Amino acid sequence: MGKTLFQKVWDAHAVRELSNGQTQLFIGTHLIHEVTSPQAFGMLRDLNLKVAYPHRTFATVDHIVPTDEFAEPYRDPLAQAMMDELRKNCAEFGITFFDRSTGKQGIVHIVGPELGITQPGTTIACGDSHTSTHGAFGAIAFGIGTTQIRDLLATQTMAMGPLKVRRIQVDGKLLPGVYSKDVILHIIRKLGVNGGTGFAYEYAGEVFDGFTMEERMTVCNMSIEGGARAGYVNPDETTFTYLKGRSYAPKGADWDKAVERWRGFASDADASYDDIVMIRGEDIAPTVTWGINPGQGISIDENVPTVESARGTEKASIAEALEYMKLEPGAPIKGTPINVAFMGSCTNGRYSDFVEVAKYLKGRKVASNVKAIAVPGSQGVGAILKQKGIDQVFRDAGFEWREAGCSMCLAMNPDKLIGDQLCASSSNRNFKGRQGSPTGRTILMSPLMVAAAAIEGRVSDAREVFGIRELATA
Amino acid sequence: MALAKITEVRGRAVHVPGDDIDTDRIIPARYMKCITFDGLGEFLFYDVRKNDDGSPTKHPLNDPRHAGATILISGANFGCGSSREHAPQAIYRYGFRGLIADSYAEIFFGNCTTLGIPCFSVERADREMLAAAIEADPDLEVIMDVEKFEVRFGDRTIKAAVRESARRGLVTGQWDPIAELLEDAPLTAKVASSLAYV
Repeated sequence: MGKTLFQKVWDAHAVRELSNGQTQLFIGTHLIHEVTSPQAFGMLRDLNLKVAYPHRTFATVDHIVPTDEFAEPYRDPLAQAMMDELRKNCAEFGITFFDRSTGKQGIVHIVGPELGITQPGTTIACGDSHTSTHGAFGAIAFGIGTTQIRDLLATQTMAMGPLKVRRIQVDGKLLPGVYSKDVILHIIRKLGVNGGTGFAYEYAGEVFDGFTMEERMTVCNMSIEGGARAGYVNPDETTFTYLKGRSYAPKGADWDKAVERWRGFASDADASYDDIVMIRGEDIAPTVTWGINPGQGISIDENVPTVESARGTEKASIAEALEYMKLEPGAPIKGTPINVAFMGSCTNGRYSDFVEVAKYLKGRKVASNVKAIAVPGSQGVGAILKQKGIDQVFRDAGFEWREAGCSMCLAMNPDKLIGDQLCASSSNRNFKGRQGSPTGRTILMSPLMVAAAAIEGRVSDAREVFGIRELATA
Repeated sequence: MALAKITEVRGRAVHVPGDDIDTDRIIPARYMKCITFDGLGEFLFYDVRKNDDGSPTKHPLNDPRHAGATILISGANFGCGSSREHAPQAIYRYGFRGLIADSYAEIFFGNCTTLGIPCFSVERADREMLAAAIEADPDLEVIMDVEKFEVRFGDRTIKAAVRESARRGLVTGQWDPIAELLEDAPLTAKVASSLAYV
């Protein structure tokens, strides 16, 4: 019986069984950022310990950085304190810190892959649930709490039980105007926000075979929104081509050996899965959320649900979401006026996300009553977009172009909603208050759909706004 | 590191109804701009407990009849969203010592267990019965029995499920694994050296 990638990588990193039955798992790559690490370093000091494997620990700052200024001290003294604390901790314990002065800073889940730190067959952990992103490379990557960060700093290991594996196979083709963001929103809609609890999701099939690494990362990123702590794509030539030549990728003879090793981690053809779900790419439409969790999604052509049409167990949740979002039950989601448009985040803040939108943005303008911001996910992404003049395309259209950081995805930096503003967002969570105002409202969608909404001032079908037609079949 | 054996949680309980109550709701992100976890209890469910003008909403935690409750009861997928440990820390520092819910998000469950907070899963109908009993008598003592996996209140007992690794850790006083993880650095080093990328 063959093994899944999950089983192969798990077995390679298992140290021993612990007294409670869990596994002591070696985590080969530990990524840290300023929000969840300070208390862990404090705990480390309390235990009078040093960092066990500093060369396998990498830090950046992303959640609290103001995207409109570099100058320190930041206006927010709490943000400055967290910045100072991370610098102090990295210096004291000998940890590489991609600070803003290095040109390599950015959202941690964008920095790891673009520097080649994220590799197949590895275990990767970070105090951030979107760590699942790195699974796109065929790694077991997942979010952890601060106390587990302490465990990794002290021992490079942590206690964990293995996950089951659900294979989600998406075959066929995506229709024009349908993107990787729609694929994951569709999956979460179908399987539920807790459908993946206890599972790692293996994404496979023709659609994933054809995806770029950035598209794979968008999907893996939101695995946790479906309850799956980890999500991955088996490594293949696309993976190796992406990694070749990146700073932390193996070089020379080591490169060839690494590729052979990486190939071996892919799930065997006769691997057995705890569950298999089959989806046709053609069945996926541009999808937007209407409610207060990422699973409350509908296609752009559908209507906002009503309480009456909901199943008994869901009526209360639907009523709560309708009340908070102030949407008219039963009305089309298309046409909902928006106040803010946010392009960025660890889900969709990569080079290809901006390039794709820029194609259609030329000559168009953001509606006069919409505040639109575009935030490259890392300094690296920002630099290459600037080199290609893509930043100017966004500025010309009326987007504010910002410095790299988590920005408006969550309320830890100055980019926040005000009052009950409604934001068309390329991020990953639409929970109550997520974007900084206790009454602020979020609608998740793909980057091109964000651009369409920004231009029209309303939730729109990007295919209509930009003239993307279904190709006639022969 | 000697930890207390946690075999039961006993106290009054409060029901915070709803499914998919997420970590942003449990503690708004703006309160995570801190270097320690001190004082986080004050911000538990902050945005759903306060109106714009600062006056309290009708949230169950604002109900004086439930002040001092040490057991929190909720619905399905409790704690979904972020891996932030700030959420269970806020819950603990507010005063809760045990959770009873239909189900939990994975990372949240692990974080709670590492802090010594037992998280019991119960059937929805049982949860609703317990909630009704508490509504009728807010002073009702509720007992979470970690060894027997059950919840007792009044003359009733409901079955609970607890992941075995969590249960074992709690009752043996090893719910924080750090001591065990530190024990075998040479074995860890052996695994490290077997990995080409480390």
